[in-house]
Amino acid sequence: MPGAPNRAVGSKRFRTHILVFLLPATLIYTVFMVYPLFDSMRLSLFTADSAGRETFTGLQNYVTLLTDDLWAPRFWGALKNNFVFFVIHMVVQNSIGLMLAALLTSRSVRGVGFFRTVFFMPAMLSFVIVGFVWQLILSPLWGVAEGILSAVGLEQLFAPWLGLESSALNALSLISVWQFIGIPMMLFYAVLISIPYELIEACIVDGASAWRIFWHIKFPLIFPTVGSIFILTFVGNFNAFDLVYTTQGATGAPNYSTDLMGTLFYRTFFGQQLQLGNPTMGATVATMMFFVILIGVLIYTFVFQRRVESYEL
Amino acid sequence: MSQKLRNRIGRLPTYLILLGAMVVALFPIVLIFFNSFKERKAIFNSPLMPPLPDTFSLIGYEKVLLRSNFDLYFLNSLIVTLAAMALILFTGSMAAYALSEYRFRGDTFVGLYLALGIMIPIKLGTVSILRLMVTLQLVNTLAALVLVYTAMGLPLTIFILTQFMRQVPREMKEAARIDGASEYRIYRLILPLVRPAIASVAVFTMIPIWNDLWFPLILAPGEKTKTVTLGAQQFLGQFVTDWNAVLSSLALAMLPILILYVLFSKQLIRGLTAGSGK
Repeated sequence: MPGAPNRAVGSKRFRTHILVFLLPATLIYTVFMVYPLFDSMRLSLFTADSAGRETFTGLQNYVTLLTDDLWAPRFWGALKNNFVFFVIHMVVQNSIGLMLAALLTSRSVRGVGFFRTVFFMPAMLSFVIVGFVWQLILSPLWGVAEGILSAVGLEQLFAPWLGLESSALNALSLISVWQFIGIPMMLFYAVLISIPYELIEACIVDGASAWRIFWHIKFPLIFPTVGSIFILTFVGNFNAFDLVYTTQGATGAPNYSTDLMGTLFYRTFFGQQLQLGNPTMGATVATMMFFVILIGVLIYTFVFQRRVESYEL
Repeated sequence: MSQKLRNRIGRLPTYLILLGAMVVALFPIVLIFFNSFKERKAIFNSPLMPPLPDTFSLIGYEKVLLRSNFDLYFLNSLIVTLAAMALILFTGSMAAYALSEYRFRGDTFVGLYLALGIMIPIKLGTVSILRLMVTLQLVNTLAALVLVYTAMGLPLTIFILTQFMRQVPREMKEAARIDGASEYRIYRLILPLVRPAIASVAVFTMIPIWNDLWFPLILAPGEKTKTVTLGAQQFLGQFVTDWNAVLSSLALAMLPILILYVLFSKQLIRGLTAGSGK
């Protein structure tokens, strides 16, 4: 039986091979991922002076980050921006992704594989490319976006969205959604396609409307997928740095309106023209990010995992 | 109208929406490629047109390839990505094998310990990673990148490979044991059986590594160790007004990944949806 315990009968010898198999991976993982994470947290409890000497200051850094006039606005601003970024992602991604997946699963569509490959392509590109490409398209200098809008008569809508404080974050969020729409679409598709058609057919025969079929059968089944997308997007968004850095620079121009936790982190510990790098504060920002992600994981576990019942299909 | 024809027409809106979405997805990519082959005037006058004989020009590509070390960057990206992938697959498959095959004290703990890395982004420890690299004198080396990316890719790889390896039938392994094969031999034996899983894992660990901007920027920004992504980012920052060069460098940066994708898209998509089939 697969997975049954492997117990050498009556043998008490130390199974060195297990150690050999596990050690390399565990070592690399521990040294380069686990240790730095804990060390960062440790660092956040210290303050370094200009000579680089570190003194233990307990939670002072956190108090500074959350309340100090110099730090707090940037922190809360970045947090708020991340939240907006995330909400736009969840709303647009899930709705369009679900719609596309639903369309692809309707029995009459041919060339599903082709469409899947196409929709996934933007996700392959690096943020650098995506950022620059869209910057060019939306650029008032080149006029591609403007041209397209005027072709449909919507010329007035055009504005240099990426350059305006009021719209930059939304524009960036939508660009990011454009890039990753393939993933939720694929996940929804995988679930929808596994629903046996006989089940749907039986409901149609019983006189159920399309809406009822969706609500009572399809929706409960895709709920766990929404959960997966939630946690993937949440963690991914908190990492978001490349896109903002590429298009708006490390300060989240214009005027910090696109400043995310990732850029705040980079700016804080690495520094840039306007401020010196501060590793201990940087470690503090990182630890805060860790806790926010932890909250997200907890939400995921309690909202999505608990409600999931296994449907035997 | 026949029922068949009516059905066909009924499907029209579906196809229209899908094709529309396809245009939205591909338009930016196609636009860049078209315009990278055009001369400056044509880029501005008729951006939406494909390069025609009278507007075709390679001047953008000339500028990019002559003025920067794109070939070096490309090589760096290749080395880092391939080395990291090899390390991830080698160490990861061994660990996954151990977790899937043996029961030992603390095996659940080890599994959980390794799986935690899936949720927690490695970037959070960057301050300490940088310090570590300084201590190890690995700053501005490709080795630093390889090690970090390996640590980054291991959790998910181990998680997925463990699931797949659990499904290998016991009889085969038991028979080999009875024949006196060592555990290492058995590991080598079952590897080909999980090849599809390994292929999928390879493809989707490779892509974030190739596209990563953060670690090259922080750990290896030196000219000799720049990756293609970092190089493109800085090049684009410098030559923002030189549209030819900008478009050509974007096209060049896109090309390797797109080619790889077209070749391996099936594995990639299969791998990504494998976990969600639970």
